[in-house]
Amino acid sequence: MAFAAFSSTTAQADPAPRRRSRVALLLLLPGILYLVLFFLTPLVSLLITSFQAPAEFGDIGQYTYAFNWQNYVDVVTDYWPHIVRSFVFALAATVLALLFSYPLAYFIGVTARRWPLLQSLMLVLVIAPFFISFLLRTLAWKQLLSDESFVVTSLKAVSLLAPDAHLTGTPIAVIFGLTYNFIPFMTLPLYTTLERLDLRYLEAASDLYAHPFEVFRKVTIPLSMPGIVAGTLLTFIPAAGDYVNASRDFLGGPDSQMIGNVIEANFLVLLNYPAAAALSIILMSVILVIVGIYVKRAGTEELL
Amino acid sequence: MASGAFAEAGADLELVGIQKRFPGFTAIEHLDLSIPAGSFFALLGPSGCGKTTTLRLVAGLEEPTAGSILIGGADVTQQKAFQRPVNTVFQSYALFPHMTVLENVAFGLRRRKIADPVGKAHEALRLVELDHLAARKPQQLSGGQQQRVALARAIVNKPALLLLDEPLGALDLKLRRQMQLELKTIQEEVGLTFLHVTHDQEEAMTMADTIAVMNKGRIEQMGAPEPALRELPKTAFVANFLGQSNLFTGPVVGSTSTSITVDIAGHRVLVPADRAHRHAGEVTIGVRPEKMWLHRKAPVEAADRNVMGPGRVIDVSFSGVSTQYLVAVPYIGTLIVFAQNMAFGPVADVGDEVWLDWHVEHGFGLEDEPVPGAGPRFAADTDTRSIAAQRRESLVTELEEA
Repeated sequence: MAFAAFSSTTAQADPAPRRRSRVALLLLLPGILYLVLFFLTPLVSLLITSFQAPAEFGDIGQYTYAFNWQNYVDVVTDYWPHIVRSFVFALAATVLALLFSYPLAYFIGVTARRWPLLQSLMLVLVIAPFFISFLLRTLAWKQLLSDESFVVTSLKAVSLLAPDAHLTGTPIAVIFGLTYNFIPFMTLPLYTTLERLDLRYLEAASDLYAHPFEVFRKVTIPLSMPGIVAGTLLTFIPAAGDYVNASRDFLGGPDSQMIGNVIEANFLVLLNYPAAAALSIILMSVILVIVGIYVKRAGTEELL
Repeated sequence: MASGAFAEAGADLELVGIQKRFPGFTAIEHLDLSIPAGSFFALLGPSGCGKTTTLRLVAGLEEPTAGSILIGGADVTQQKAFQRPVNTVFQSYALFPHMTVLENVAFGLRRRKIADPVGKAHEALRLVELDHLAARKPQQLSGGQQQRVALARAIVNKPALLLLDEPLGALDLKLRRQMQLELKTIQEEVGLTFLHVTHDQEEAMTMADTIAVMNKGRIEQMGAPEPALRELPKTAFVANFLGQSNLFTGPVVGSTSTSITVDIAGHRVLVPADRAHRHAGEVTIGVRPEKMWLHRKAPVEAADRNVMGPGRVIDVSFSGVSTQYLVAVPYIGTLIVFAQNMAFGPVADVGDEVWLDWHVEHGFGLEDEPVPGAGPRFAADTDTRSIAAQRRESLVTELEEA
């Protein structure tokens, strides 16, 4: 599973003979080299960049090596609303995606078990959006939610939306876009756990006087926890760093910018590399802490 | 079930005209069954005979196509599983893997909001001698321990009716014996009504007060294990399912007040009148293989013995305490004889000419109409249609359980 790395229990392997462990090391070498080259090196480089100071008589975008921790203070004071907004949007999108995906995954994985054809068909439909570029789909939603669109005119007609209101550029549109784009990442892990759900446990619970809602709350939900944890992580982590949906070119506006957009702007427009690097490091650390606490609290070790 | 209260005592169960059809086949044809409160009732039959479906109907996990189910006089046919005063020990145990043993046992008590669920759960675990493992997760227990937890989880609710679905199937022989004894003790202590479903005739024989033998969705015979079922089977199926039988078909050629005489391919065979269900016309009679004797010479004719032979031994196989001989008798067919492995007595080899005899009082007459055109001995119940039906039911249950 994607989050096995966060699991607190480490498998105790028997000490293998020395010769075999050398072979294992040899086989691991390409992977280790790859990680060192393409993960560790950029990470260290990012960390170094985040402490750089502007070159004294340099141009815009020229920096020298320094230990300028002030960068961190500056970006937090400047951009704390974006950081908070990112996590609020990501959380909202994760919750919404879970609410949409759970019934869908339950239907595919449990109800449709008797009809394998329907099951495969619905799975294909869940995956189908991946065949079209993520950017194109988001752009399409920009059209669908634009001021002249059927959605907006209908909402205005029934007075659910004020006559001068918009959908694009608002937090609603951004959260909607995030939810839409990450629903498959929620549905698929949920489906894999629910597909293996042993219905005899549900029968046993109802035999023990649990009415349907209690069966769901006390048995179905705890038994599908591995899927819920995997799905929420696969949604929350990329959503928190997403910069496409909230971008002004897509569904976002000036008041709905997320940390990803700020990093993008600092790297590519303002050429303020240390600020962008510091923000990236902050984003990564906060996600790590949140995920760590979440996985510990969810307590799914023995269900994995 | 009203919350906060236990059932006062075991309740009687009544099934009236139950029929259950699945798409494409019928699991239960027509079932009328009445189980008195406080009894240990076993439903015995081969796989696919409809016994597990019957249990699931009583538990409320299936709905009958027709008929009604009464528990303690109240009609529960329309009630869902969680509303019925019934608990089940499942064949797979179905212990919740995300809860400790203690929480598993307390689950039903908590759902019904019964006071002190933890204390009562500990008490039930003490009854099955597993209280020291209360904090473990079910997957950390052995199969036998899991089985006892499943039992504790059911009886802690003091249901009016306890359903057991082959709960001892996965255990080894020694543990089975232990659990059988434990179940029986619990039943006597707690006074519940037990409905036990099994394909193991020995288990049913040792534990139940009353056994109903089921076949192809019908009850073939019902009665106390001894002597009714074993000594006086009513149908060829029961005669062969509960141990093996040698069955013969022939016309009744004479009868007195104490016995009837049947002509089996020229042999005159006597059966006590009170052990024969039918006294005229074509009848099927039988005798258990362990009641037959094997002789190397033609035995002296005696009024109290039936003799058959000569025949030829076609197979000899040893099984611990006894030896099984297959003897081909001309015009009659192949008969089975179990002989105790004693140092003396006739011991025959394959190809030897032998005679068979048995005491008149050991014979029995079936109620079945003899199947026209069938040979003197009944064929095993393995015709393609019944095999197809059994396959189908096992597939359906597998699909539902998967």
